[in-house]
Amino acid sequence: MATTAAFLKIEEQHVLSALQRAGAKLENENGETVLDFSSVNRIDARALQALEEFARIADQKAIKVVVRGASIDVYKVLKLVKLAGRFSFVT
Amino acid sequence: MSVIEAVQETIKIPLTAEGPNPERIAYLDSLVSRARTAAAVFTQYSQEDVDRIVRAMVLAGLEQAQYLARLAVEETRLGIMEDKVIKNMVASEFVYNYVKDKRTVGIIREFPDRNLAEIAEPIGVLFSLTPITNPTSTVLFKCIVAIKTRNTVIFSPHPKAWRCCAEAVRIMYEAAIKHGAPEGVFSCLESPTLPDNVYLMKHKDIGLIDATGGPGVVKAAYSSGKPALGVGPGNTPVYLEKSADVNNAVVDIIISKTFDNGTICASEQTLVIDDEIYDAVLQKFAELGAHLCNEKETRLLERGVIDPQTGFMQPMAVGQKATDIARFIGLSVKPNTKLLVAPIQGVGREHPLSVEKLFPVLAVYRAKSVADALKVCLDVNHAGGIGHTAVIFSRNEEVIRKFGEVINVGRIIVNSPGAIGALGAVYNDLVPTFAFGCGTGGGNSTTDNVNIYHYLNIKRLARRTQNHMWFRVPNQIYFNMNAVENLGQFPSRCTIVVTNPAMEQIGHVDIVRRHICPKTHVHVLVIPDAEPEVKVIRQGVEALNFYKADQIIALGGGSVIDAAKIMKLQYESPEADLEELAAPFLDLRKRVVQYPTATEKAHRARLIAIATTSGTGSEVTPFAVLTDKERGRKVTLADYSLTPDVAIVDPQFVMSMPKGLTADTGIDCLTHALEAGVSNYASPYTDCNAMQAIQLAFKYLPIAYEKPGDEEARCMMHNAACIAAMAFSNASVGVNHALAHAFGARFGIAHGRANALMLPHVIAYNAAVPTKFMPSPYTQGYVAHKKYAAFADLLGLGGETVEQKVENLVAAIEKLLDRLEFPRSIAELGISKEEFEKAIPDLVKAAFDDPSWRSNPRMPLMTELVELLWKAYHGRSAAKSPGTTSQCVV
Repeated sequence: MATTAAFLKIEEQHVLSALQRAGAKLENENGETVLDFSSVNRIDARALQALEEFARIADQKAIKVVVRGASIDVYKVLKLVKLAGRFSFVT
Repeated sequence: MSVIEAVQETIKIPLTAEGPNPERIAYLDSLVSRARTAAAVFTQYSQEDVDRIVRAMVLAGLEQAQYLARLAVEETRLGIMEDKVIKNMVASEFVYNYVKDKRTVGIIREFPDRNLAEIAEPIGVLFSLTPITNPTSTVLFKCIVAIKTRNTVIFSPHPKAWRCCAEAVRIMYEAAIKHGAPEGVFSCLESPTLPDNVYLMKHKDIGLIDATGGPGVVKAAYSSGKPALGVGPGNTPVYLEKSADVNNAVVDIIISKTFDNGTICASEQTLVIDDEIYDAVLQKFAELGAHLCNEKETRLLERGVIDPQTGFMQPMAVGQKATDIARFIGLSVKPNTKLLVAPIQGVGREHPLSVEKLFPVLAVYRAKSVADALKVCLDVNHAGGIGHTAVIFSRNEEVIRKFGEVINVGRIIVNSPGAIGALGAVYNDLVPTFAFGCGTGGGNSTTDNVNIYHYLNIKRLARRTQNHMWFRVPNQIYFNMNAVENLGQFPSRCTIVVTNPAMEQIGHVDIVRRHICPKTHVHVLVIPDAEPEVKVIRQGVEALNFYKADQIIALGGGSVIDAAKIMKLQYESPEADLEELAAPFLDLRKRVVQYPTATEKAHRARLIAIATTSGTGSEVTPFAVLTDKERGRKVTLADYSLTPDVAIVDPQFVMSMPKGLTADTGIDCLTHALEAGVSNYASPYTDCNAMQAIQLAFKYLPIAYEKPGDEEARCMMHNAACIAAMAFSNASVGVNHALAHAFGARFGIAHGRANALMLPHVIAYNAAVPTKFMPSPYTQGYVAHKKYAAFADLLGLGGETVEQKVENLVAAIEKLLDRLEFPRSIAELGISKEEFEKAIPDLVKAAFDDPSWRSNPRMPLMTELVELLWKAYHGRSAAKSPGTTSQCVV
């Protein structure tokens, strides 16, 4: 089966809305989605909630989610809330 | 929290209590999940973010101090509103003053001189139980401290103080959120129940239980299997000693005991007064508004405020005014009475008022003496007050110190009110808190005033330290032909020359005599030419004492010089226990046994060592070996205080050395240099000596052996031995010496010869990849093979790779040994294989006990020692199989 990769740049000021939009788009994706977190220095509780929801939808559709460029501080937050295991990470 | 409530709690809080229902569990899990997310988000916050939020919360707490105090009094019906305002303000302002400049994010403390830094790691989610007695102030305190440390908190207030606590949490939360704190940072359980508490105490995402309350709460927290800070009740003894300022003391006690109607658990419970001032003290209490109970009133009070069944205070009295308590029990007092003072005659169940009383009732005891007072205070301390707080009023420092030593509490408040003093930062420099650690005696993990550092995981960043090293040798070394003439410059009243019979016979003693400073009384002590025995040392010390010698000249080989070193040690420090001084050690600077001459005794005799062999280098070393025939053992002493003051390296004394001795001592010298060169203690200071000695030994040892009269060769070998000894005095030796000591002693093989039998095999062994690396803070990486290669280069032995160079070095040593006509195997010495095999276990044990190998670059395993011993036995060429048990490092 052919796979496609979607690449979504996440901006720090709009993490929540970007993730919500990305989540909506997932309905039409397959294969792999890359979330580029290289501009995100800090993540809040609502964004985490959106990320969890994003992971849930991706799981349902068997879409692999790759988080790219997450800072070590953001990565630590994802580890603490036990979300890190649901994504692949590339630096 | 009162003791009676605590007792009730103990009854109420078994951890086996039935759990919450599923809906309640979902609710509790949602609180924890929210708090966990907030805690994770919080890890991204900077110190500036945190400090900004804390400041806003503190201002909110101060703003609402009165409002919260009123709520607390209305809800709990305990304490005094005005005092609760003060408590709320202390919990805000004083705590802020303590924490505001403290770092709690990232690196929080650095210790540059120790290469250490501390880094803060938040705990995460705290589950906090708060008491009825100090409800809102405790909440304010915990919120501020939690935010300062980037933690989140789920509060479970005492049910009878829930509304005021929930309001305090709301005020703190809103202030925090407004200034950027993560959502969900605080929450307060709705209608908390016992099963809720039990469930949360065991929840996997709760990082720490922070339980302020009675023993039940504390016990439940510590029994939950979670890390916990549990701080509980007390029973504060107060000693009013006769030297105290009575007026100040009485005022302070009234302030403390009436503050918030005595609800602070650090407040005074039993006042022990010296007999001499007892009447004056009670008079002062009466003058200042206390009611002094007579015997009948005391009985009435006992029955009214102490539960006869449990022996603890009645809940109805907790936090009530003195006049209300008096009215309730039918005691007639003046309307403005502040405090009820009741005499007691002892401590225990038969003296009901000796327990904790969180209300304005103070028991007083008339002490017959200081000893009696301390005893009664200790009795009170052990009647429910261990670990908590004690108070003393005194100007007598000795009594204050003794009180502090005897009473087991976390806080000993001196000349100030107990309750407010214990809170910290008001009357003293204790850390401000609303949670008193009560130590193990109180079932707690700390005796501290709990504050920010208890809410952090503190990580220690320990950088590798560059340990100080040293290079210590005699401060005067005279060398080359006729160096002995320098003896004349050392004035002496009486000199003892320690030597052996041979030196006397061949006239060396006369040479020395000729050069000793004129007008010196010289006495010659001839000792056997063997390792010194205890008996010989005793004789020498007797001679030194008899003549009151101020100078010792040791003329001879290693044995004579060693004997002189030990005689000097015992002469200067008769109390020195040689057995104890020989105790093993790993690091010279951390050794348990210190040499007396190094620390206590003045220098009484100068030691001048004149070497008459070219090998041991004892004239410059800090070592001495003693044979204790009575106990059948050798004692090795090592300390720089043993190093001779002056060394004379004059080759005229070695010109007549026999060939065999020349070879043996010469190889000993070479082994010293090679082992010091690759030692884990090697430094640039020892390397230059080791390399120079290797070069000199390779060049001049064969000449000195083959042409004993060659003055240059003798001179250079004599220098080489001294230079190599300077290297190993500071870098030590290695496994070669450990093995040589072991089998040399067992089979009576000369030390140099035993070294020679091991040397090629040990070099090959050390040059291989170690099976086990030796821990060493002094070295960077494994370099032994490279150093051997450097020695090969120095000797011009050729080779392209490190491996080839090591092989060439081994081959050159084997060639040298052949030239010196050494036996090349232990077997050649006539030791049978069976005899050797039988000895192996003892040899390995002895070698492993020998301290020499501790500086060896490669950690020797016992199996490897066995292998090395067999190689030496068979004498197989090491050059052809340098790897021993593993391949050579390249």
